[in-house]
Amino acid sequence: MVKQIHAPLQPEELASLRAGDSVLLSGTIYTGRDAAHKRMCALIADGQALPFDVRGQVIYYAGPCPAKTGDVIGSCGPTTSSRMDAYSPLLCGLGLIGMIGKGPRGPQVVEAIQRNGGVYFAATGGAGALIAGCVKAVNVIAFDDLGTEAIRELKVENLPLIVAVDAHGGNLYEQGPAQYRRE
Amino acid sequence: MREISTQLVEETVCSLFLSACCEIGSDVLGLLNAALDREESPFGREVLRQLIENDELAARRRMPICQDTGMAVIFMEVGQDVHFTGGDINEAIETGVRRAYREGCFRASVLTPLGRVNTKDNTPAIVHTRIVPGDRVTLTAAPKGFGSENMSRLFMLTPSQGVQGVKDAVVEAVRLAGGNPCPPVVVGVGIGGTAEYAMLMAKHSLTRECGEPSPDPELAAMERELLERINCLGIGPQGLGGRTTALAVHIEQMHTHIAGLPVAVNMQCHAARHKTAVI
Repeated sequence: MVKQIHAPLQPEELASLRAGDSVLLSGTIYTGRDAAHKRMCALIADGQALPFDVRGQVIYYAGPCPAKTGDVIGSCGPTTSSRMDAYSPLLCGLGLIGMIGKGPRGPQVVEAIQRNGGVYFAATGGAGALIAGCVKAVNVIAFDDLGTEAIRELKVENLPLIVAVDAHGGNLYEQGPAQYRRE
Repeated sequence: MREISTQLVEETVCSLFLSACCEIGSDVLGLLNAALDREESPFGREVLRQLIENDELAARRRMPICQDTGMAVIFMEVGQDVHFTGGDINEAIETGVRRAYREGCFRASVLTPLGRVNTKDNTPAIVHTRIVPGDRVTLTAAPKGFGSENMSRLFMLTPSQGVQGVKDAVVEAVRLAGGNPCPPVVVGVGIGGTAEYAMLMAKHSLTRECGEPSPDPELAAMERELLERINCLGIGPQGLGGRTTALAVHIEQMHTHIAGLPVAVNMQCHAARHKTAVI
């Protein structure tokens, strides 16, 4: 059964999520990928404020295409999450709850998710046109000079995701392939 | 001698990228549908269904299949009897790319490697030129996303490792890539040559119709064997587990040196985009 969930995630909603759950996410999320993460972590190192309060929020690893006339956004699928592994534990430690991307996470991120009670969702990589249809509003909130890599606040409706790493030790990127591996 | 205007080259490059980024080939769509029929994993089937729906939607709405509209890779074969007129051929190609990425609302993903300064128009393109007999120009546009490009590998094997070493290296590259390169992937392989030529062959092999076997029976057999081994890894669509890790393996080979056995693996995501035109 597909669960309907809302961002920012409420504690009871978050606690119910398990690796392997299919969910439809609605609400507010923030895009951020390589360059935005690098800048955010530099701000943290300098003791400065982040452009948005990450506590309780969900970050979507995405850099969209420009919108065509009349559209809200261009194609907007997830990018490879493992490139953000260097930054995620720091952000999780500051209270970031959710991450959306594609592909497996490193052990340090899996551990940070468990320690801080977070969640990592897989969106379908390469389904950029389909996902764009779930985005109802876009607002650049920081690092506009980074172009596609700017931080954008997205209002999404029924974004199809799969819970890939939960806070209870579940990791679909390990369990899934192990189930179908043949020697 | 046949004269070809660089304006025509610019127009052709522009229209090839406009098409390639939005319209997946029937080759890839056919393989995705065949994979959906075979896939046992529920997540795998769901992902494949989404990809097919996405590809159809992108073509219908003239939207990019994937937000990563790639670096603009171009293979150009120039007939030796062609004379380009009307300006700098290299500039014409860059202008064609620049126009396509602007007109198509494609992402500007290209930047300086160290300073990370974005050129904002997705140039420069990566152009591979070959002089061939005849009086025609063949242009292939192959926008290349970097989720998969990042998972590419070069193995400088020793002759003692032989055919088995080559096969194991390719499977190992796919295993290590795991869910990162947006599986189901197309695996481009270059065997032999020099270090840089092996990778060029691996890249070029990806411009073949997806799933079409190599004309060389020995390589075609290796492609079949490797595809089967790769699809036993269990990685599956998007790395969530399943039988469909690769849609195809394409191999090219070239003579090499007595001391070496280069093997290059260029990973291609399921958005295996390539369009060709002959002028």
